[in-house]
Amino acid sequence: MSEPRTYGLMAEFETVNDAIIAARKVYGAGYRKIDAYSPFPVEELSEAIGFHSNGVALVCLIGGLLGGTAAYVLQWWINTVGYPINIGGRPLHSWPAFIIVTFEMTILFSGLSAVFGMFALNGLPHPYHPVFNVPQFEAASKDKFFIVIFATDKNYDPQATRHFLESLRPTSIAEVPS
Amino acid sequence: MARPTEVEPGEQKAPVIQPGHTLATITDKIVSIVLRRPVTHGWVLGLAICFIILQWFLFAVCWLFYKGVGVWGVAIPAGWGFAIVNFVWWIGIGHAGTLISAILLLLRQSWRNSINRFAEAMTLFAVACAGMFPVLHLGRPWLPYWLFPYPNTMSYWPNFRSPLVWDVFAVSTYGTISLVFWFVGLVPDLASMRDATPNPVLKFIYGSLAMGWRNSVKHWNRYETAYLLLAGLATPLVLSVHTVVSFDFAIGIVPGWHTTIFPPYFVAGAIYSGFAMVLVLAIPIRKFYNIEDLITDRHIENSAMVMLATGWIVAYGYAIEAFVNWYGGDQYETFLRWNRLHGPYAYTYYALLFTNIVVPQILWFRKYRNNNLLLFLVSLDVLVGMWLERFVIVVVSLTRDFMPSAFGQYYPTRYDWAIFCGTLGFFTACIFLFLRVLPAVSIAELKMLLPEAEVKVEPEAEVHHR
Repeated sequence: MSEPRTYGLMAEFETVNDAIIAARKVYGAGYRKIDAYSPFPVEELSEAIGFHSNGVALVCLIGGLLGGTAAYVLQWWINTVGYPINIGGRPLHSWPAFIIVTFEMTILFSGLSAVFGMFALNGLPHPYHPVFNVPQFEAASKDKFFIVIFATDKNYDPQATRHFLESLRPTSIAEVPS
Repeated sequence: MARPTEVEPGEQKAPVIQPGHTLATITDKIVSIVLRRPVTHGWVLGLAICFIILQWFLFAVCWLFYKGVGVWGVAIPAGWGFAIVNFVWWIGIGHAGTLISAILLLLRQSWRNSINRFAEAMTLFAVACAGMFPVLHLGRPWLPYWLFPYPNTMSYWPNFRSPLVWDVFAVSTYGTISLVFWFVGLVPDLASMRDATPNPVLKFIYGSLAMGWRNSVKHWNRYETAYLLLAGLATPLVLSVHTVVSFDFAIGIVPGWHTTIFPPYFVAGAIYSGFAMVLVLAIPIRKFYNIEDLITDRHIENSAMVMLATGWIVAYGYAIEAFVNWYGGDQYETFLRWNRLHGPYAYTYYALLFTNIVVPQILWFRKYRNNNLLLFLVSLDVLVGMWLERFVIVVVSLTRDFMPSAFGQYYPTRYDWAIFCGTLGFFTACIFLFLRVLPAVSIAELKMLLPEAEVKVEPEAEVHHR
């Protein structure tokens, strides 16, 4: 192949509304291996590229349940099996006293699961990514919006995809080198 | 509802962000504080003073470790002196940061977006200061890990029926969740710093901390879910932390401690002192860093109003305490009331009523709420008052409990003062460093408030669900 290998084609947009309209057209044209970039969270933009739900809440729930259960079982085991001591004649399994630590551990584990789950599902840390090779992409963290169609998409064709992106009237189009 | 950059006609309030900002100017303004602003003499001087106080702290801690807690004024009956007073005070200050970042997020108070970053930093540093005191107080400070349940050769486990063990779990969870909340909020802004700096070393440092964040909307989607979940989790957590701290007292039977009003009254007091600290930091920061267009008079005024409201909850707590002392008819509680009003520490109780209840009433007037210097002084006054409140709770009750033969007096030593002032130096030094190395205002969250960020496209009909 004489052509250099590319990772995809990147189109730059000036405003969030232009980016949403363009993203819907990209998705509508049948492209599926696509991503969009925005300096702040825009729900409509992730909807537009067909990303509707994520697993973070489920990870958080599982983490919380595990943390809370583990904390309660640990306290139960310590107080009835591991180190039973009679304190003022109270029952060994004095569950009201165990609620606080159970609660705190539920919060701790669900919070850490939400955060680490979010980073893991996002594939972070990921220090190198081909999109960083495009010079204007620095503005993705500032004030510009980007849509990338990856070369792995089954409808991707270097010429046709570029023509298609041009029809969306972006500010610029750049090839993302692999 | 008015947009954040606007005010409704006839409204006398300032907007949340001064009009005229765009996505680009927000990034430039906040990033340039760290990357382009030269180090000023004022900053160096401030950090130097804090650093000297920190050395004083280091000396006092070394001496404490060498000699033992006898260098403090704690002596039976007052086994809990400054260490516990300071612990409760610092933890309370931290609570405003979590209130701003979590509870106000859930309540959709968009004005929080400009102040949550440094308020969370404040929380983190305040919890660090608080966390030092129980360890310093241990007597054998090299053994703090005994507080945690872990299999050991002594076949020993912590007593989970003790509020002091609950405290370990509450405070360590609070510190950890505050840290990750703060860090998650920072990640996109660290990416902005990475993209804005031409310096390759800084690019590497900020890039590493940002972990390769590339602003993908898929990432943002998960990020928003995680952030909202964290806020939802931090909300009951922050209320539980000071509740558990109050259990340290309320579960005991010492007069003045054994009351059911303590949990809500402690939480309100925590938020009261925390907002005072937010104002003590925000007023100079916005002035010296010229960010009065981002932290506007609206933020200052709203914080003042939160302070006034929580101050009244605290006042209600004092009133109920006094009422129950009388209505309960218990002779020790009755004596406690007499002792607070006429005993050897009566001046602390009157000072507390004056600083926490009388002085802040000037915040009823908008004219005074909008006077930054006055508000700064009132906030300092509230911080002093809330410290006195914990002093009254700890020392007045302990030195006059049940039997006159067990009465005593508490005399803080210079090491008590050195370590208390030392944590103030530590806290302020951390704030100085934070302002120079990290974006002190949340860039991405502020952008969401701009008119430019408003989505005007009609929602699409079920196209994607084919």
